[in-house]
Amino acid sequence: MRKVAVIGIGSTKIDEQWEKSLRELAGDAVLAAMTEAGLDHLDGLYAGNMMSSTANQQQHLGTYIADWVGARGAEAMRLESACSSGSAAFRAGLMAVASGEIDIAAVVGVEKMTDSPGDEITASLATAADADWEVSQGISFVALNALIMQRYMHEYGWKHSDFANFSINAHQNAMNNPNARFHMPITAEKYEAAGMICEPINLLDASPIGDGAAAAILVPAEKLSGNTAFPLILVAGSGAASDHIAIHSRKDPLWLNAAEKSCKAAYNQAGIGPNEIDFFEYHDAFTIMAALSLEAAGFIERGQGPRLALDNEIGLKGRIPTATLGGLKARGHPVGATGMYQIVEAVQQLRSQAGASQVEGARYGMTQNIGGSGSNIITHILTNVN
Amino acid sequence: MEVPRHWRLQKQRYGLVGEICPHCDAKIFPARDVCPECGGEAKEPFRFSGRGEVYSYTVMNNAPAGFERNTPYTVALVKLAEGPTVTAQLTDLGSQPVKIGMPVEMVTRRIKEDGDERGMLIYGYKFRPVMGS
Repeated sequence: MRKVAVIGIGSTKIDEQWEKSLRELAGDAVLAAMTEAGLDHLDGLYAGNMMSSTANQQQHLGTYIADWVGARGAEAMRLESACSSGSAAFRAGLMAVASGEIDIAAVVGVEKMTDSPGDEITASLATAADADWEVSQGISFVALNALIMQRYMHEYGWKHSDFANFSINAHQNAMNNPNARFHMPITAEKYEAAGMICEPINLLDASPIGDGAAAAILVPAEKLSGNTAFPLILVAGSGAASDHIAIHSRKDPLWLNAAEKSCKAAYNQAGIGPNEIDFFEYHDAFTIMAALSLEAAGFIERGQGPRLALDNEIGLKGRIPTATLGGLKARGHPVGATGMYQIVEAVQQLRSQAGASQVEGARYGMTQNIGGSGSNIITHILTNVN
Repeated sequence: MEVPRHWRLQKQRYGLVGEICPHCDAKIFPARDVCPECGGEAKEPFRFSGRGEVYSYTVMNNAPAGFERNTPYTVALVKLAEGPTVTAQLTDLGSQPVKIGMPVEMVTRRIKEDGDERGMLIYGYKFRPVMGS
């Protein structure tokens, strides 16, 4: 396999983008990435997206977007694994370039969620779970996460307020990200007073949806001259794993098996462990998922995830900075695009382009994208060490 | 509307019928083709007792389409006495607060109204507190 470099990135603001269609959003991100990379053609285009079939009545996104960005003739496809679709597309592009099959891949994660009414989007989000045995019981995607959080608090004795800093940290870091959905710092008091969605998950435990697209250009590192405009960013590790789709089928619903497995694969490829990771863009769709990801990735022992938040070890100067540009919680969670926002932000950090959110001296960054309630998890490690 | 989809699962939903693995005796719910314990083929029906306890729960204040009439309602992960866990609504709670570990038993109830008065009524399992517990 060839070493693969990320030589261009692009992303839109996450927002209610009334003026922009799905393909315009995707096009903005892809064309920005191509411009940055100095490219005018692509060999392959890989689109990560979860719900365009219901939210936009449009499938066939690979071709749809390739056509829009002037890449007719390129191989093109859409990849879908619920909320981890963006990372699934990145991994597909990575494999295509690493294998030697193609030389220039564009990967874009895109989601256009605000054209459809909120209850339809809620229903679309629930399709990430098992329709016959979970959703049929009248449960929402938030409620599934609430079932995990409720049991976790019971099992390990945490209070709701112990999770506050996951959200406070994310909102603080989003202040430094012009593309973030929220520019609104929050306090522990605000967190505790937020409206309840599904006990114990309240509005400030949950990430906001939005419209957005993020893209990256992948090429074989061996073909680069070394005269690039930016520090060279390599993909050091990539791992993907699945688990039972329904929470009730998992032996231990409080442990993210797929996160552990995909992390191990990524660590092995990179030849490093959790101690070498300088920042972690985790999938904080809900605060409970931030805690579970930190545990499964090996940053703290089982059941102790909230400890890292309480001690602010997840802050920019902490042991493992997380959500450095806002995370899902405050940058926003345009579901199928999220994985590519994580990749783009990791590249920004490793190029020292993260502004006031910069993690000084960062050499290895890890992204982790969760599909469903922990049932499909994809982990990537990027580095500026060549 | 998806009538066949619900019709197909009526035995499993009305009778809490899952499977027992002929290779390792694992009790399986809902039914699946491959035993999650031993990887063998699983095809033999098994009727669960319907007894279990609450593993976790939450409250739905805003219901998905078709469930609006019941809000607020409690959904739970119920660990069945025979081993597997099932996602289901709790019912007949009265003023009793729900607690993790609470013993519950299966009842058959109306789950969802699909569409208007001409739409399909979907029945299935819910769980209620065990009387006298």
